[in-house]
Amino acid sequence: MRRTALSPARLSARDVFHVGSAGLRGRPLRVVLSALGIALGIATMIAVVGISSSSKAQLIRELDRLGTNMLVVTPGDALFTGQDARLPKEAPGMIGRIPGVEQVGATGDIKQSVRRSEKIPEGDTGGIAVKATTEELLKTLRGSVRSGSWLNKATGRYPSVVLGSVAADRLGITAPGQQVFIGGRYFTVTGILDPLPLAPEIERSALVGWDAAERLLGFDGHPTSVYERSTDAAVAAVRDLVPRTANPQNPQVVKVTDPSAALQAKAATDGAFTNLLLGLGGVALLVGGVGVANTMIISVLERRHEIGLRRSLGATRGQIRIQFVTESLMLSGLGGLAGIALGSLATFVYATTGRLPWVVPPWAVSGGFGATLIIGTVAGLYPAVRAARLSPTLALHAA
Amino acid sequence: MSSTGTAPNTVVELVGVGKQYPGGVTALRGVDLTIDDGELLAIVGPSGSGKSTLLHIVGTLDRPSSGSVAIAGHDVAALSDGRLSALRAQHVGFVFQAFHLVPGISAQDNVAEGLLYSGLPRAERRRRAAAALERVGLADRMDHKPHQLSGGQKQRVAIARAVVGEPDLLLADEPTGALDSASGEAVMELLHDLNKEGATIAVITHDSEIADRLPRQVRIRDGRVVADTRQARTSGGTGADARTDAAPDSAPGTGTDAGAVAV
Repeated sequence: MRRTALSPARLSARDVFHVGSAGLRGRPLRVVLSALGIALGIATMIAVVGISSSSKAQLIRELDRLGTNMLVVTPGDALFTGQDARLPKEAPGMIGRIPGVEQVGATGDIKQSVRRSEKIPEGDTGGIAVKATTEELLKTLRGSVRSGSWLNKATGRYPSVVLGSVAADRLGITAPGQQVFIGGRYFTVTGILDPLPLAPEIERSALVGWDAAERLLGFDGHPTSVYERSTDAAVAAVRDLVPRTANPQNPQVVKVTDPSAALQAKAATDGAFTNLLLGLGGVALLVGGVGVANTMIISVLERRHEIGLRRSLGATRGQIRIQFVTESLMLSGLGGLAGIALGSLATFVYATTGRLPWVVPPWAVSGGFGATLIIGTVAGLYPAVRAARLSPTLALHAA
Repeated sequence: MSSTGTAPNTVVELVGVGKQYPGGVTALRGVDLTIDDGELLAIVGPSGSGKSTLLHIVGTLDRPSSGSVAIAGHDVAALSDGRLSALRAQHVGFVFQAFHLVPGISAQDNVAEGLLYSGLPRAERRRRAAAALERVGLADRMDHKPHQLSGGQKQRVAIARAVVGEPDLLLADEPTGALDSASGEAVMELLHDLNKEGATIAVITHDSEIADRLPRQVRIRDGRVVADTRQARTSGGTGADARTDAAPDSAPGTGTDAGAVAV
């Protein structure tokens, strides 16, 4: 007779995997249903994070394109009555001579309204401003023309106008060549601009050449906004020099703003909505975990005979525990993988329809999968302990 | 080597074993039982006699309330759960009335399950499983799933699973209970053959007809051993003699008190 030392053999990782998955292979429908809860939770979280990341990536891409090296110079509020807060006529030229400044564009407000025809009352401005503009403006803003053409030296002298994208929509102008009524005469629309994220005020403007504005619309020649673009390195230095350069008499009333700051802030923040959805995903995940625990408890009850059989074949309590924890882990792990796939797909669909870059952050994927593994372990622990505590004599009772 | 001083060829040694379940039910009282290497015996008794409890204790699935149990020389009372599990994995094989095959996996994999907790690599487990299936005459049913097998074939797969680890003791609990008489006959024949090849087999049954055709009968009633033909075997020479001698004396329900032999 053999008298070998009694020590339980260890199961290899592959055997643990086999034994743990055996229970799942026999009940595919139940696996799908109980993994679905986890999958939905993870999918929600991945999609929320993915969509918000894709939107951010789009903002950052936009910022890269638009640059963060543009400053806008405007007259500030007069500190006391009688002070002339207007920017001098020479301001654009002066700013252009600051070292590092590459482009300068300017607009000046004109006290006129733009209308579709003379029959529309004059007070009905539709929120559209009429502005005189220098030719350099569009280049400085890195804007583009949707249709028609930008003002040039020739058209800038004559009654022609370029409309911002919002202004064109509000006026009902769809193509260049149509006419609008400004300051008692008709102007021909020569171009319509694309949206300008860095200068939304221009989107809502009708732009007339500087000379034509002075000649035809009584424009006083004082710029109300000077847009300057410098090298990235020079931005801070330029910002310091601009007030004194633009208005040497009253530098304290010159306002300098960075329009990209708002976009940068937007890219850096998470919306409250995102957090709410993440919370919802978390709740779904938790409910999914409860579902897995429930399935595991039922599985243990149903498989009392199998547990008894395995005990009679020499499985230790620990090996039974490992079997059921493995099963639970695989159940929620499968849900997690399905959820990651679903969430990534949802993000992909959102990104392609919105022409955004498709971004699913790796930390979200690994974090989501890690969460399912933790949930799987926690959900499986109690059923596994129950299974291990079952009396091995159960298998001997007839089924 | 053995702390209990049993003969080296003793597989099972129960001394004064009692078992009480919580709630005050006494299933076994003072049972002494010795099974030697190479024996084929029946543990027979009506339902409620305590034979199932005895099977659990001999199979180390349960521990006695009193008395000592030594299986293959190991004192069961001194073993932790892990060591007890290892004892079952290495020394004891079980055959159940309800087969308890794992559904959905092939006969070969079912038999290989019997070696899962032995520490052998998977390929070796499958190789030995194939050999065991050949041994029970199911070489052509290796890849059949349990639902594709007849009851008798299922039980032969279960027997292959029990013997694949070459246990010192094979415990068969009503192995023919769920089978028709022809299949049951074949299963009993297989157990006889395995015994001739050296396996120690204890068949637990309520059926005296089956019990009487085995070389030794241990009769259980009300938690006590009321008859054991082992004495006759050791004193009477060959196993065949013991069977013919003992059978009439210990026929079911007749003169059990008179026929009782303390082991």
